[in-house]
Amino acid sequence: MIKLTVNGHEHELETEPDTPLLYVLRDELALSGAKFGCGLGQCGACTVMLDGKAVFSCLTPLLLAAGKNVTTVEGLGTLEAPGPLQRAFIEEQAAQCGYCIAGMMMRAQALLVKNSSPTDAEIRAAMEPNLCRCGTHMRILRAIKRAAALIKTADAGAAGRARP
Amino acid sequence: MILRNLMGLVVVLGALSAGGFSVYAWRSEIPEVAPAQPSRFDPELVRRGAGLAAVGNCNSCHTRTGGPSFAGGLRIPTQFGSIYTTNITPDPETGIGLWSEAAFERAMRDGVDRLGRHLYPAFPYDHFTHVTDEDIRALYAYFMTRQPAHATPRANELRFPFDQRILLAGWKLLFFRKGVFQPDERHDRRWNRGAYLVEGLAHCGGCHTPRNTLGAERGNDAYDGGEAEGWTAYALNVDSPSPVPWDKDALFQYLRHGWHEAHGMARGPMAPVVDNLNALEDDDLLAVVTYIAAVVGTPSPERARRGRSVLEQTSGNGATLTSDSAAPSGATNERSEGAAIYVTTCAPCHESSRPLPYGGINLARSTGPNGPTARNLVNVILWGLPPSDGQRSPIMPGFNNAMTDDQVRALVTYVRQRFGHGPTWTNVDQDIRDARAGNFKVGIYPAPGTDPASGVISQREVR
Amino acid sequence: MMNSVILSRRRVLAGAGALVVSFGAAHAIGQEGNTAQDMQSGARVSPPAPLPGSLKDAPLLDSWIRIDGDGGITVFTGKVELGQGIKTSLLQVAAEQLSVPLQALKLQTADTALTPNEGFTAGSHSMQDSGTAIMHAAAQSRIILVGEAGRRLGLPPDQLEAKDGFVQAPDGRKLSYGELVSEQILHVRAQPSSPLKHPNSFSVMNTPVRRADIPAMVTGAPAYVQDMRPPGMVHARVVRPPSYEAQLVSVDSEAVENAPGVLKVVRDGNFLAVIAVSEYQAVKAMRLLAAAARWDEKSALPRLSDLPNAILSLPSQDSEILRQGQPESSSGGRKLEAKYTKPYHSHGSIGPSCAIAEASGDQVTVWTHTQGVFPDRDAIAGMLHLPKENVRCIHAEGSGCYGHNGADDAAGDAALIARAYPNVPVRVQWMREQEHAWEPYGPAMVTHLAASLGDDGSIRDWQHEVWSNTHSMRPGGAGALLAAQHMADRVPAPPPKPLPLPEGGGDRNAIPLYKFPNARVVHHFLPAMPLRVSALRALGAYMNVFSIESFMDELAEAVGTDSVEFRLKHLEDQRARDTVAKAAEKFNWSAFQKRAGRGRGFGFARYKNLAAYCAIAAEVEVDRDSGRAKLVRAVAAVDSGQIVNPDGLVNQVEGAILQSTSWTLYESVSFDDTRITSIDWATYPIMRFAQVPESIEVHLINRPGQPFLGAGETAQGPAAGAVANAVAHAIGKRIRDLPLSGERIRQASM
Repeated sequence: MIKLTVNGHEHELETEPDTPLLYVLRDELALSGAKFGCGLGQCGACTVMLDGKAVFSCLTPLLLAAGKNVTTVEGLGTLEAPGPLQRAFIEEQAAQCGYCIAGMMMRAQALLVKNSSPTDAEIRAAMEPNLCRCGTHMRILRAIKRAAALIKTADAGAAGRARP
Repeated sequence: MILRNLMGLVVVLGALSAGGFSVYAWRSEIPEVAPAQPSRFDPELVRRGAGLAAVGNCNSCHTRTGGPSFAGGLRIPTQFGSIYTTNITPDPETGIGLWSEAAFERAMRDGVDRLGRHLYPAFPYDHFTHVTDEDIRALYAYFMTRQPAHATPRANELRFPFDQRILLAGWKLLFFRKGVFQPDERHDRRWNRGAYLVEGLAHCGGCHTPRNTLGAERGNDAYDGGEAEGWTAYALNVDSPSPVPWDKDALFQYLRHGWHEAHGMARGPMAPVVDNLNALEDDDLLAVVTYIAAVVGTPSPERARRGRSVLEQTSGNGATLTSDSAAPSGATNERSEGAAIYVTTCAPCHESSRPLPYGGINLARSTGPNGPTARNLVNVILWGLPPSDGQRSPIMPGFNNAMTDDQVRALVTYVRQRFGHGPTWTNVDQDIRDARAGNFKVGIYPAPGTDPASGVISQREVR
Repeated sequence: MMNSVILSRRRVLAGAGALVVSFGAAHAIGQEGNTAQDMQSGARVSPPAPLPGSLKDAPLLDSWIRIDGDGGITVFTGKVELGQGIKTSLLQVAAEQLSVPLQALKLQTADTALTPNEGFTAGSHSMQDSGTAIMHAAAQSRIILVGEAGRRLGLPPDQLEAKDGFVQAPDGRKLSYGELVSEQILHVRAQPSSPLKHPNSFSVMNTPVRRADIPAMVTGAPAYVQDMRPPGMVHARVVRPPSYEAQLVSVDSEAVENAPGVLKVVRDGNFLAVIAVSEYQAVKAMRLLAAAARWDEKSALPRLSDLPNAILSLPSQDSEILRQGQPESSSGGRKLEAKYTKPYHSHGSIGPSCAIAEASGDQVTVWTHTQGVFPDRDAIAGMLHLPKENVRCIHAEGSGCYGHNGADDAAGDAALIARAYPNVPVRVQWMREQEHAWEPYGPAMVTHLAASLGDDGSIRDWQHEVWSNTHSMRPGGAGALLAAQHMADRVPAPPPKPLPLPEGGGDRNAIPLYKFPNARVVHHFLPAMPLRVSALRALGAYMNVFSIESFMDELAEAVGTDSVEFRLKHLEDQRARDTVAKAAEKFNWSAFQKRAGRGRGFGFARYKNLAAYCAIAAEVEVDRDSGRAKLVRAVAAVDSGQIVNPDGLVNQVEGAILQSTSWTLYESVSFDDTRITSIDWATYPIMRFAQVPESIEVHLINRPGQPFLGAGETAQGPAAGAVANAVAHAIGKRIRDLPLSGERIRQASM
C-alpha cells in the first residue's frame, strides 16, 4: 500500500512501486494531463510537480513519490474556473497541438512557485528540459510572463481584500 | 590548516618584503600595440593555433555558458573565493587586442598579464610555461584572429588576503617552475610528444593531480586524483579507481569519442575536454594516449582479473536497438530503500540493453561508485547529463527534484555497496547538501563531444 | 447586415429528388480558378461549373451542414484537427455564412461513418477544400432557410434577414432555423456559386476567435486519442524489428505470457505484440518480449557520411518540368552553380503514435489520429481482408504530426492486435524509439542549381535539378502499413509514385515563381527508398525553396545587388512583390547594421506556387568558434487570401518558422549500415528553449473576398532560406549542406 497525495486528494494505491508516476496518474487516477512523450526524461511532456518541484513523472517511480504531494495540471484549476496559469495560456492562445502544454505548464508553475517574477532568461533556462515540436515557444514564454502578472494581481487583490 | 599555512606565507612574505621582495615581485607593463589585422597572420599558423587552443581547453574556461567564445566571465570556484575568467578575444578595450606577442608569451610562460599583474594559477601557467615558442606563436595568431567580443567579466570575489596579487609572487617562488618542456631521452618521440601535450597545454594535472592548501599541484603525487568544479577528478595512475583498468585502446576511444563501453561517458568538466579533443590529429592523440597509458601503468594481476570479471558479468549490455523498450535485468533480492530506488529508478536505463553512449552504463563498470568520494555519483544523480543545444549528446535526467536527501543517501549507499569496491564513503550527507545548495557550483556540462563512433563501434558489436 | 441578394430560385427536381437551387452571387469567395466567375454579380442559371472546394466530391449541402428541429446545428468536415486550429476556423466560416453565433455550432470531424471523404488533411488544403465547401454550403443553406421563411411568411426573401439563427421579418415576426428545417430541405445539391456575405460585413470571419480546444488542453481534460479510456480497455505494445529488413528467427514468449497482467502475446510473421491489463504491465512485458526475440538482420542502409552521393547514385526517372526560352544557350555572361543537400528529417511528434481498436465479429472500429480516416480505413480493411464497410475509422486528436508519421501504422497495429483479442477496446501506444525509428521520414534530397547573369545584373538563364524520393507513401493500399508489411501474410509496400504537378512532391516549388527569360527545371525521381519515407510538412518545397533562396542570394552577391532588391527585380506577381516588400519594411531591412557575429537573410516563396505567399527576413547570431548559430529574430509577411482566423494564422506561421529553423540548423536522421540510430531526443536533437529567438513577428496581408490560400506549410521553405542566408551573411561563407550544424559552421569559419 502506497500513499500518494494528488492535487490535495489522498490516495492509497496497491500499485507496484516501480510503476512510473505517469502511469499511476493516467491509468489509475484517470488524470490525463501528464502525457507520455519519451519515457526517458528528454522531452518534459510528463512533467508534474512533486512537493512543489518539477519532475519527469515518466521516470519517477511511485516509490519516490510515496508520501509526497503531487500536483498535476488538473490541480491548477478547472474548465469552469481556470487558474491564473491556465488563463494565461488561454489568453495567449499558447498551444497548437497542445500535447506538450500540460508539461510546459507544470514546469512553469514550479518556476513561479519558486520565483514569482522570473526574467525572460530565467524562464527560458527553467523551460529548457521541455520540448515543443509545433513551435509554440514564443507564446508559451509570453503566457508564463502573463501568468506571473496575473498571479501578482490576484495576490495583490487578495491582500487588498484581506486588509480590514 | 589552510589558515595556518596562509599565516605562514604572510609571515614569509613579510620577511621577504623587508629584504626587497617587492622588487622581486614587480613586473613591468608591456606597452600596448595597435590591434593586429587578422589578415596579418598566416592562415596555416592560425589553423595550428586552433588545434592547440583545443588541446588547451581554452574555450571551456574562457567562455561563460551561452556567452561568446573566449569572452570570459565563467566563474571558477576555488577555496579562496571565486575567480571570473578573462576575455581573451582581441577586443582592444576588454580583451587582449592590445597585447603584443611578447605580452601573450609572458602570460603563458610567467603568469603575468600585460600590465604586469600576477595572474592567479587558476590560469594554468604552471603548465603553459612548458609550451614552445612556436606553439605560443600559433596560439597568439589564433586568438588575435578570433571575433572580438566587447565584454568585461565580473571582478574576482576573493577573500582577503587572497585578493592581493602580490601574494602570487610568493606563491610562484614556492611552487612555480618556469621552463619550456625538455624531452626525456629515455623515452621515444611519441612518448615525449605526449608528455609535452599532457604536461603542457592539455594541463591534465590541473584537475587530476591533488593540490596543496595553497592551491598548488603536489608534484610528488602527480595524477593521484584531484578535483574540478565540484567533481572528483579520478587518479590516472596506479591508484585509478576504475573497475576495468584503462588501456591504450580504451583511452584512445574515450578521448576521441567521449565514451568507452568499459568506462562510460565523459561528463562534468571532462565533457568539454573531450569535445575539444575532437580537433586533435590522430598522431597527437596517440601521443597523448601513449603518455597517459604510461602514467596509468600496468594493472596488478588481481586488478586485471577483477576487471575481466566485471566485463564478463555485465556483458548483457547492448544487445538490441531499443532504449526504453529494452529489458532491465535488474534483479536484486535486497530489500533496502536504496535497492528499491535503484531498481525502480536507475535499473530501467542502467541495466537496459541499449548500448553506450546513449544507453546508461552498467554501474559495475562505472568509476563513479568506485571513486574516493560520493561526489560524482551524487552530482550525476542530482543533475544528470543535460541536453546539448542542437547537437547529439547523451541525456540523463537529474533527480534533484524527485529525491529527498534521505533518498539520495540511501541510493548512494546502496550503489557503493553493490557496485563499488572500497570502504563506505564518509561525508555523503555533506556532499549531497553541498551539491544541492550550490555551496560549490557543480560544473554541469552537456556532452556534445560524444559521438556514437559509427564505423568504430557498430551497435551490434557491443555485446 | 446582409447585402442584397437577387435570388433566381427554381424548384427543379433533379435525378434523385434533390432540390436544386441556383444563386447569383453579389460577392463570392471561391476556390482559386473560380474566382473570376464567382466575382461576377447578377443572376446566372447554373451552368455546369465545377463546385467549389470539396463540394466537388460531396455535393449535397447536408453532407456539410445539418440543422435539427431543435435548432442544433452540426458542421461536418472530412478534415481533422492536427493542432493547426482548423476546427475553430471551419466553424468561423460556417457561423459567418449561416448567420449564427459561433457557440451554436458543433463540428464533426472526420469519421468514415459520418463525414464526407476529404482524403487527407494535408498540403495546407483544409481551408481551400473544406473551408471553401463549408462556406458555400453554409451560405447556400442560409438562403434556402430565408427562402423557406419567405414562403411561410408570405414575404419576398429580400425583405428578410437571417440573424443569430433566426430569419426575421421587418414586422418583427421571426422563425428559427430549427422551425424552418424539414427533412429534405438541405438535402440538395450545391451550386457552383453562392450568395456569400460581403467581407465588410464579417463579424466572425477575419476575427481572432479563440480556439475552442485550448481550455481542455490546459486543464487536463481528455483531449487526445492517448487519453481515451473506453470501458474494458486493455493495453498493447508492439515489439518492432531492430531494423527494416530484420526477420524474426525465434521468440520464446513463455516468460512473457506468464508475466503479471499479460493477456496475450501476438505473433504474426515479423509482427510481435503483447497485450496486458494495465499500461505499465504492457510496457514491462514488451521489454521482456523484446529481449526474448532473436532477429536476423541485413546491412542495407547507405553510408551516412556519403549520403548525397548515395542519393545521386540511385536510379532515377527524369522529367523536365519546366522549359522556358532557350536554357543553356551559352551566351557568355557570368555563370554560377551550386549543389545543395538535405538529410532525412523526422516528423518528431512529441507524443508517439497511438490508436485504439475494437473488433467484434467481422467489424472493426479504430480511433486514430491519422490525417486521412478514409484511406486508413481502406488500408486496414485490405490488411484484414474485410470489406471496407466493415471497418470504421474515427478521428481522435493526437500529438501534432506535421505529415505522415506513425499514426496510420499505429492504427494498423491496433486493428491487427484487436482482431487477435476481440470484443474489448485495445489501446496501442508506441514508444519513443519506435516512433523515431519507424516513422516515414522526410526524404534526403540533393539539388543542383546553375544560372548565368546578364550584363544588367539580372538572371538570364536558370537551371534547377532536384533528386528525390517520393514524398508520399500514405495509405490507401494495405502495403503502406507496417503491420501489413510485417505480418506473415505480408503485403509489400506499393511502388512509389511521384506526386503530380502543379503541387508536386520532390519537385514541389522547384519551379521558381521568379521570372527568367530562359529556365529549365528537371525532376529526378528516385523510386528506390533506402529509408522509409513519406510526407513531411511542405514536402519537397522545403528543400527547393531553401536551394532557390540560397542561390538567389549567391547570385545577388555576385552582382552586388541587395537581396530584397534582387528578388523584386525578378518578381512580376504583384501579391508576391507586396509580400516581399512588407517583410522587408517591417524588418527594417534597408537600415540593418551589420555587426560582427550577426547576419541578416531573406527568404520568399509562394507555397506550391498556388497557395499562400510568405516572405521572411531573419537575423541570426553565430559564434564561429563554437559554431553555435541562433535565430535572433524573424519578421514574416503572409498573404493567404481572405483571412479567417488571424491569430490562428499567426500561430501557424510562428510555429512553422521555429520548426523550419530547427530543421535547418540542427536536425538529421542518423543510421549505421543496418539500423536507424537517431531514436530519441538525445540522438535526434531539436530546438530547445535556449535556441528560441528573441522575437518573431508575423504580418498578415488580408485579401478580402479572395480565395483561401493554404498557409500551414508556407513558411517552411522561406524560413530555411532566410536562416541560411543570414548565417552566410554572418560568417561570410556559404554552407550548402543541411543542417547548418555547429560542426559545419566551425569548419566554414576556419
